[in-house]
Amino acid sequence: MVERYVLSIDQGTTSTRCILFDHQGRLVSVAQREHQQYFTQPGWVEHDATEIWANLGRIVPRALENAGVGPGQVAAIGIANQRETTVLWDRRTGVPIGNAITWQDTRTDALVDELRRTTGDDFFLDRCGLSPTTYFSAPRIRWLFDHVDGLRERAERGEVLFGTVESWLIWNLTGGPDGGLHITDATNASRTMLMNIRTLSWDEELLGYFGVPRAMLPEIRPSAERYGVARALLPDVRIGAALGDQQAALFGQTCFAMGEAKCTYGTGSFLLMNTGTDPVRSRHGLLTTVGYKIGDEPTVYALEGPIAVTGSLVQWFRDRLGLIHSAPEIETLARTVEDNGGCYIVPAFSGLFAPHWRSDARGVVVGLTSYITKGHLARAVLEATGWQTREVIDAMNADSPEPLKALKVDGGMTANNLLMQFVADVLDVPVVRPMVSETVSLGAAYAAGLAVGYWPDLEGLRRNWHRAGQWMPTMDPARREAEYENWRRAVERSLGWMRS
Amino acid sequence: MAGPVQSIERAAAILRLLAQGSGRLGLGEVSAALGLAKGTAHGILRTLQSVDFVEQDKETGKYQLGAALLHLGTSYLDINELRSRSINWADALAARSGEAVRLGVPLEGKVLIVHHVFRPDDTFQTLDVGSLLPLHASALGKVLLAFGATPLEPVMEAEPEGYTRHTLTSHQQLGRALGEIREAGWAAAVQEMIMGEADIAAPIRGQGGLVVGAIGVSGSVERLCDSRGRPDPPLVGLVRDAARAVSRDLGAARW
Repeated sequence: MVERYVLSIDQGTTSTRCILFDHQGRLVSVAQREHQQYFTQPGWVEHDATEIWANLGRIVPRALENAGVGPGQVAAIGIANQRETTVLWDRRTGVPIGNAITWQDTRTDALVDELRRTTGDDFFLDRCGLSPTTYFSAPRIRWLFDHVDGLRERAERGEVLFGTVESWLIWNLTGGPDGGLHITDATNASRTMLMNIRTLSWDEELLGYFGVPRAMLPEIRPSAERYGVARALLPDVRIGAALGDQQAALFGQTCFAMGEAKCTYGTGSFLLMNTGTDPVRSRHGLLTTVGYKIGDEPTVYALEGPIAVTGSLVQWFRDRLGLIHSAPEIETLARTVEDNGGCYIVPAFSGLFAPHWRSDARGVVVGLTSYITKGHLARAVLEATGWQTREVIDAMNADSPEPLKALKVDGGMTANNLLMQFVADVLDVPVVRPMVSETVSLGAAYAAGLAVGYWPDLEGLRRNWHRAGQWMPTMDPARREAEYENWRRAVERSLGWMRS
Repeated sequence: MAGPVQSIERAAAILRLLAQGSGRLGLGEVSAALGLAKGTAHGILRTLQSVDFVEQDKETGKYQLGAALLHLGTSYLDINELRSRSINWADALAARSGEAVRLGVPLEGKVLIVHHVFRPDDTFQTLDVGSLLPLHASALGKVLLAFGATPLEPVMEAEPEGYTRHTLTSHQQLGRALGEIREAGWAAAVQEMIMGEADIAAPIRGQGGLVVGAIGVSGSVERLCDSRGRPDPPLVGLVRDAARAVSRDLGAARW
């Protein structure tokens, strides 16, 4: 029998990757291509959606070639994507209206401040589960209407379409101007500020508020479902899933039960906890989001805690301070000392995200004495990631019906043993690393495979998950509490530094 | 016997020159001081730069001795960097082989375990990172000895300890085994440290082919070997593939 595979597309912030997985969920081949970042003005970050689509055209054949696989052996396509990035394009020509505005772009900050001041967070929280920040898509659409002549009218006439990146890719894969499917999935739609978090449909009041015409919006579909077949790149192959990247990682880590959580440690870090089939409204600074929706089954919700600066603090330590040559060397340097020597670093480079949400905070290094060496600073850098994780977990435990029992981790920083031990120590739960570190791609593959029957059910997927490493908490509780108290005092000192 | 290699003599002269005086010289100064054509001096400096023996100041363009020269003799590849660079390949090896994977580097006459991936059967296992193995009684260690990553003399002088009846304890046995490992490109240690346990390992090479560590699988003899105690050939192939993949990532060209 000819072996069949699931093809996963991870359209990320810096690159697009295509990965083939086999039936055991093992990685078979990878192809990747970076795309250009456009920093056209301070705070603006754009991508060229046409370039991203063209890159996909290069890497899909390469991933198949690397594995010696033909399109006929691809059972399904699954897509995971950078979230909230906003693409508008012409329905007739398929040409994007300017560059895509990415999730990092802060051009809507004045608009967002205005929304919060005039309308208040509750109006938004009640409907979409989010309070306005520059992250989300709706303020960007509004910004484009305010800055591009005639755009709103064209959108109202249905000539211009909106989508996050998965919508753009699916539309192009399924024919583009020639009958392409204009759809999104519930996880991506939950990041627009336009979808009602309970009904999973576009919310009339939010559409009215932002002035977004329904005619430009994609249809909201489950995260795993047979959407249709591809016509470009992989003719006749079924497209079976789309999820935002962090939700895909939650799915790839098989966090299928309420209370299960994962943290992806990258430049920033994203902690998501499965909260079951009811949306939990956070009282502690977390985002309510759709975790996944499989076909007709009930929607599974998640609480999300984004942390702005984790891996990027190590990069700063390497590139700006020059105290190490490569990121992994931070562990070597940190191990030259026994502890932090009383030093703490709060990396509020552009304010603090979850659970504080304080844009007036700036980074601080506290507890400096003549005793402190670069080794102590290296410890403080790593510990900052540990304590920020702890703060988000505390918020989750306060909001969620199920306290965290173990944390599943992925991302580049999981290679750092000292950090992973520290995270286990400060959370006081086991920290577990899975064998497939490409959890984003794996999650999209799992959802797509599920949709087409390549994998039978969630239990089958769970059996593919294997523990590659585990760190058990060993820290003395008294010391943990004392250190946490010190961290909290350090955070207090970072707040209010920026004057508005 | 071939005569001295001229370019190496010239490279040595450049390093001696940079070690003198202020230690920062421009290309013109180097070529003038040694009577070399600028093109020749530049080629040698670029090569020395690529192996980190020489550094070039970004602003002035002047050359000086590189940090790697100061640490000659100590391990040039950071162990945490090695783990970070090999983690995906080690995971893939564990997933394909179904066995636990470990990475070892030499440390003071032992093998230091710098990375460990659990056997993918979700039984309770604990991380071995930081533990030490004997060089002469593990496949990881024998690879490090065979390919010169750590000197053999101290092991021989210290009378290798016998852990089981299979441990190689005589100089002759060990010398012959290491020769075979160099020939084959991989090592196995079957019940040489603990009865019932075996490991299979292959060398991880860095720039220029220098062996910087070893990667291998370990587990019970029944799973790793056939009924006559010989390592399972497909398993050996997987270990060698993983070692080559990590080596390529580290910049070893030919392996």
